[in-house]
Amino acid sequence: MSGTAPTNVLIVGVGGQGVIMVSKVLAELCISQGLNVKQSEVHGMAKRGGAVFSHVRYGDTIHSPTIPKGEVDILVAMEWAEALRWLGHLRPGGILIADTQRIVPPFACLNRERGADRRYTLETPPEILELVATGHAFDAGGMARDLGNERASNTIILGALSTTLDFPADAWLEIIRKAVPPKTVEVNERAFAAGRAWVETTDTEVEPYSVKAEIPAAPKVARLHPDLIIRDAWCKSCDICVKMCPERCLALDEREIVVLTNPDACTGCRLCEWLCPDFAISVALRETERVAAE
Amino acid sequence: MAFGATDTDIATESEARAMTGNEAIARGVWEAGAKVAAAYPGTPSTEILEALALYPEDDIAAQWSINEKVALDTAIGASFGGVRAFAAMKHVGLNVAADALMSQSYIGANGGLVIAVCDDPGIHSSQNEQDTRLFARMALVPVLEPSDQQEALDYTRLAFEVSERFDTPVILRGSTRLSHSRGKIWTGSRSTDEPKPFLERPDKNVMIPAHARARHPVALERERLIGDWLVEAGLTRREDGPDGATDRVGYITAGPAYTYLREILPDAPVLKLGASYPLPTGLIEEFVASYDRVLVVEELEGVIEESVRVRGIAVEGKAYFPRTGELSPEMVRAGLVAAGVLAPPEKTEAPIEFEPLIRPPLLCAGCPHSTCYLALRSANARVMGDIGCYTLAVVEPLSAIDTCVAMGSGIANAAGLAKAGTESKPIVATIGDSTFMHSGITPLIDAVYNNANITVFILDNHITAMTGGQDHPGTGKTLRGKETHKVDYEALVRAIGVTWVQQIDSYDVANVQRVLGDAIDHRGVSVIISDRPCVLDPVRIKGPAMTVVPDDCTACQACMNLGCPAITWSDEWHDGRHRVEIDQTLCIGCSLCAQLCAPGGIIPAADAPVALS
Repeated sequence: MSGTAPTNVLIVGVGGQGVIMVSKVLAELCISQGLNVKQSEVHGMAKRGGAVFSHVRYGDTIHSPTIPKGEVDILVAMEWAEALRWLGHLRPGGILIADTQRIVPPFACLNRERGADRRYTLETPPEILELVATGHAFDAGGMARDLGNERASNTIILGALSTTLDFPADAWLEIIRKAVPPKTVEVNERAFAAGRAWVETTDTEVEPYSVKAEIPAAPKVARLHPDLIIRDAWCKSCDICVKMCPERCLALDEREIVVLTNPDACTGCRLCEWLCPDFAISVALRETERVAAE
Repeated sequence: MAFGATDTDIATESEARAMTGNEAIARGVWEAGAKVAAAYPGTPSTEILEALALYPEDDIAAQWSINEKVALDTAIGASFGGVRAFAAMKHVGLNVAADALMSQSYIGANGGLVIAVCDDPGIHSSQNEQDTRLFARMALVPVLEPSDQQEALDYTRLAFEVSERFDTPVILRGSTRLSHSRGKIWTGSRSTDEPKPFLERPDKNVMIPAHARARHPVALERERLIGDWLVEAGLTRREDGPDGATDRVGYITAGPAYTYLREILPDAPVLKLGASYPLPTGLIEEFVASYDRVLVVEELEGVIEESVRVRGIAVEGKAYFPRTGELSPEMVRAGLVAAGVLAPPEKTEAPIEFEPLIRPPLLCAGCPHSTCYLALRSANARVMGDIGCYTLAVVEPLSAIDTCVAMGSGIANAAGLAKAGTESKPIVATIGDSTFMHSGITPLIDAVYNNANITVFILDNHITAMTGGQDHPGTGKTLRGKETHKVDYEALVRAIGVTWVQQIDSYDVANVQRVLGDAIDHRGVSVIISDRPCVLDPVRIKGPAMTVVPDDCTACQACMNLGCPAITWSDEWHDGRHRVEIDQTLCIGCSLCAQLCAPGGIIPAADAPVALS
């Protein structure tokens, strides 16, 4: 009862990037070519800037709407860290197509310590391309900007994807024209061509889109301990510092005088010192070695 | 989009098209000739009514209801009127509608009455993962379980027939995977019957004790008939596989679990049930007798397994498959390995794995809720939350929600906490406009009635946002986009008896802080209504973007406390910490970050030196 094995394409990215649009185009294309298709996504939470994925499977007979892990033929990633999240789902010999643009979520920028860096994927495109049988990683976002429409990066990705699947380019374009806003048909046609061209000429290393610049390393900084000096007599309980402290570590006590309630959270940013209309707070930074010695 | 969700133009002859499970259910409702459909939005069921609203108004009255119980009662009313009627909801929506369902089960259905209930195994966007099949069994209402998009359409049509033939409401059970997966399906045309007259039988329609006592056995009697009828109709079927199969293991399954089982074992003998309740009388015994060993593969609870075992038939199931989460081909494979049916996979090269980046969903750039929670955190309030986008404020950096139970729970939770007398922090309930409409009004009346000392923060963003932007009685628009009466929240709250009410603009950061302080100081129930539209729906708001002047950024991180997805760390550093930058495509120009920036380093991009913008 099972025919030939289906082709499995996993499309991943960040909410708002157009993952669903890309997968719908592929699904519609399969229908227009008389193939059976299943496409599976999850709405809701994923759309609010979270990780988004969509499974597309086509062929004669398809059972599960999701692709079993390790059976993805083509992994299409519209963001670099998302490519890495799903790389383990690619089958040996599978193809990776990835936009190298980085979308760093606020969650990766929470560490308030001096010298703390983003918690973002450190692996670079050249390192990852070494690991996969066939890989195309390029700055589709930058390419789209240069084409005049940043939102066209997903059509560039579709262009790259089209080189790996057995459908005529005209059939892709016919579906894409229906899927994009009428005013953007022309730029999307150019974007599709650009995506195809990038893969087809990739052996000649098309600069400047081949790989995005490296992330600059964090500077070496001394570990400093902030000491908050509060002059009670000068505080007039306006609570500006309390409301504006980024670490929310200040409060008014029962005398309505500012106190440092959470010393561990204080980063010594000096905002309270600068904002206090009465010069009631100052911040002193001491090197932690000396703090330890005391 | 020129295809997909909007592609429900009416074809009279069968043709293949790509539809989601939800679109297929809507198609099935329309093809079955239903005249009335109602729902309250809830992931993953929302798109069913949205798709139904694309069919002609003359064919079907499709409407948003204020909550799931009202939706079901509306459908019940239409069924009394002799037409086919439909209600849709998510699994927890059925909790709200359950009161009506339990009695309607005894009453039955004059016009066919079908309720689509979409479960959320894996809890993609819900507060729990309860199994609707247990509810169906408790209500003595059949629960049809399509496994793919084609069955979603076919079973929906058939559900109306079951409803009328056996005089019962029928639940059609969807799931997140089925609802939001798209598949190629064949559609049919709409069939309509003449409406039946109102059935004037108080003994059947009026549930007083004497009548209810007589109707309960009737509901039990149809249990037996429906299970066997589903076999005759082909929904419940044996797929015994190729002749001469040496495999002596058989499988019983239903719903999407069937597709995962078939992915792993394409040719295995399977008894596919069209409904987990009620089960056929003789077929299961015959099937189990044909094999040495039978495994039940079902998502969430072991409903089928337990029901079969109760009959004294030996089957296995939940010993190998989890009772939590969504099934997948991988999990079915693992279960079959654990059961000793499949050999463990050969050790191959370890897959390439990296520690995944934590990327939780966030409030949008410019979300009017963010300043409300920023103020609540600095007020050090005890915040009793509710269901909606704003529940995302539970995580850092807003980190300002202490509880979230169910739709409309927050206000009464706050009142109860106040009565406990143990809380030293100011007690605030936060609730969105749509949730307030759904089930927040009655607890507010109760809080005033019982003189609770709480503040209620109604976060009015003019839409049901979490589910993708649906109208409700507070928006002044219907499901079909027509103008209608718009509820005046302030007048409503005053009529309830709240004396302290203030409307605020949540884009005025300082004023939000000030008004919140005043509201907390008020003894008794105080209500703040924040008034700013959602940035995504009904229209996507995009103003001129803001930008950061790097030299003016002291890296204090105050703006990062908004949790705005448009603000991120730049590659520049100041005094050992990252400076920030603003993504120009994501920023909508709400200016909230600029209001928080003490050095004044965030300005409209248009005002920035050319090199910056």
